[in-house]
Amino acid sequence: MTDTEAAEKLVVRKLRERNPHWVAAVVEFRGEVTIEVPREHIVAAADFLASDSELKFSFLSDITGVDRFPVEPRFEVNYHLLSIEKRERVRLKVRVGTISPAVQTVTTVWPTANWHEREVFDLFGVRFEGHPDLRRILLPETWEGHPLRKDYPVEGYR
Amino acid sequence: MVLNMGPQHPSTHGVLRVLLELDGETVVKAQPDIGYLHTGIEKTCEAKTYSQAITLTDRVDYLAPLSNNLCYCLAVEKLLGLEAPPRAQYIRVLLTELTRIASHLVWLGTHAIDMGAMSVFLYCFREREEIIKIFEMVSGQRMMTSYFRIGGLALEPPPGWLDRVQKFLDTFPSRLAEYEDLLTENKIWKGRLIGVGHITPEDAIAMGVSGPTLRAAGVNYDVRKAFPYSRYNEFDFTVPVRTESDCYARYLVRVEEMRQSLGIVKQAMAKAPATGPILADAPGIVPPQREKMKTEMEALIYHFKIFTEGFAPPPGEVYQVIESPRGELGFYVCSDGSPKPYRVKMRTPSYINLQALPRICEGRLLADVVACIGTIDIVLGEIDR
Repeated sequence: MTDTEAAEKLVVRKLRERNPHWVAAVVEFRGEVTIEVPREHIVAAADFLASDSELKFSFLSDITGVDRFPVEPRFEVNYHLLSIEKRERVRLKVRVGTISPAVQTVTTVWPTANWHEREVFDLFGVRFEGHPDLRRILLPETWEGHPLRKDYPVEGYR
Repeated sequence: MVLNMGPQHPSTHGVLRVLLELDGETVVKAQPDIGYLHTGIEKTCEAKTYSQAITLTDRVDYLAPLSNNLCYCLAVEKLLGLEAPPRAQYIRVLLTELTRIASHLVWLGTHAIDMGAMSVFLYCFREREEIIKIFEMVSGQRMMTSYFRIGGLALEPPPGWLDRVQKFLDTFPSRLAEYEDLLTENKIWKGRLIGVGHITPEDAIAMGVSGPTLRAAGVNYDVRKAFPYSRYNEFDFTVPVRTESDCYARYLVRVEEMRQSLGIVKQAMAKAPATGPILADAPGIVPPQREKMKTEMEALIYHFKIFTEGFAPPPGEVYQVIESPRGELGFYVCSDGSPKPYRVKMRTPSYINLQALPRICEGRLLADVVACIGTIDIVLGEIDR
């Protein structure tokens, strides 16, 4: 599948139709489609993808953070969506910068995002606005720092 | 009253802490507190080469290590655009299904002992011992096998291993019938499990629950059928689905899955050719055979480069999903063109399934919490990584 074929895929076409500002970029790699969504539109796009009857991305498989230090915008938040009925997968990507990184929460669309977002907050320091219970999940509450950031050493601090 | 079902507890199946707010015997709120087994596996993967990270993946879901190996190897192979040879793929399926049986046996044994049926625990571990012996014969290791490599298998399986698999296939069905005899119509078993831990299919999908828990709620979703990998589309098996969505239904689903896995193992044994390559033909990625390395200059250079520097996939990201015994296991591998993975995220089913624990045990009695934790089938290594 080339990039042009990816752009022809139903999910991309419908998102663009609904609101062209929602799709900043479309990339295809090894048969997987990644749609870059601007930060301010993620909840609206997520809501549309979950509720649209032709797409039905009702299952949020994963939310992953990636630290691209020192490239700006520094953090990427990837949402892996699955449509059980349509047997389709898609990835949404949101980029956030270093200064106060924050994204709107998608727990209103997929309640499972609760722990995913807590983990991204815990390990990367990306805040999720509107999250019902944003606190560390894997590390103790008193931990300082966000270990999966690239400027945090593998061995940790002593 | 707030009660602490502390990290050290025989029924939490690992270091899980659950804060229970009780009103008499009824659970008002249940809040899992995790992170006691967090060892930073994802961060460590970024410091290892792609091949070195395979050993780290074993330790994530330590009751189904070959599943993790498979998912990671498939993810990196996808990144490279590489496919393992057919013989390796069939053997991978065979071993992964044996892993599924082994994992379900541990689940059944521990769940039964939580409910008080102590002999089932010993019987399940007796069967699992046979599977572990097969793993030891093939890879040298009982549990953390790391038997799969990028491009195929690590070693040529020894002669006679299929006889042992056949012996297991011959004895296991009657043993499984024995467990069902002890449990399925047992009044105490049914009394403790029927109607306990109910979740609606809509809630299950919204909470991201996957695996037998989702299938017992009536949603027919199995990654092996929906997004086939490693030639699963060539195998003939059914996916058990029930609608009652309680602990008893999940028990029935998992027992039937064990039977179906036996069928897949039998088919894999017939499909796998007796001889043939076990590693893909990819010179810069898959190490050359030792005889070639000792005589050919190119092979020696490849061997040196692979083991000192490692191979570098093209920059990009993939998300590979497989059906582990606990549900949808996903590995997100991100490459920046260097020999070390830039980011490895393990989407582990137990982590997400545990999120549903408050939903399924709030409003019920304290004794049901143990049944609920057991029925979700959690492995703390997977939850905390």
